[in-house]
Amino acid sequence: MTNAKSMSLMVTKGTLDWAYPPFIISTTAASMDVDVTMFFTFYGIGLLKKDLDLTVTTLGNSAMEMPMMGGHMKMPNMASMVPGMTGLTTMMMKNLIKKKGVASIPELREAAQLSNVRLIACQMSMDLFEYKKSDMIDGIEFAGAATYVEGALNSDVNLYI
Amino acid sequence: MTTKTLDAKGLNCPLPILKTKQTLSGMAGGDTLEVLCTDPGSVEDFQAFCRATGNELLEQGRAGEAYRYVIERRA
Repeated sequence: MTNAKSMSLMVTKGTLDWAYPPFIISTTAASMDVDVTMFFTFYGIGLLKKDLDLTVTTLGNSAMEMPMMGGHMKMPNMASMVPGMTGLTTMMMKNLIKKKGVASIPELREAAQLSNVRLIACQMSMDLFEYKKSDMIDGIEFAGAATYVEGALNSDVNLYI
Repeated sequence: MTTKTLDAKGLNCPLPILKTKQTLSGMAGGDTLEVLCTDPGSVEDFQAFCRATGNELLEQGRAGEAYRYVIERRA
């Protein structure tokens, strides 16, 4: 690695919207010759599953507004109580992603693996949520907090997302 | 010395950069890569990418509606 810089990311969220920042930053950093390690813990661990079924919800997401007919539509918190609303907001988001030429999460995850980003699944989260190694994609590591801390101590940039 | 063109039009951040890196990886030092894209964020991003990776940004400008960059792969 010519740049000889390194970055670690702690990925704690597993929704469609929050999957983007860590994967965009990690793949971009890798393309700029940075050594990147991503540590997936708690809900972030779902981003390493073979079958991704990511969703986005209006609940607790009061800043969410979607472009609509030249303006923006606020997405009220209460809307998330309506059955099927999460499916609807997810579909709207996925349509936007496609329309705007934004990469899908599986695409970015594959790019991360191809550019040798180190993906570590938190073993405790695996146990806690009863995931099997076979639920997860190949080519990842399983380790604990000490592994993350050791990597973070040697990194130029550490991000918590 | 070879010259390649990468058409990244319609792709959004970070895909133009990722594809540029991928293409440069398969080229030799001194080869040049022309990149065409439509992402307005690419103007700052290609400069940053080249500064960080040591590849040289020989040209940048417009090609019609698109942004155009010419990058020389570092040795």
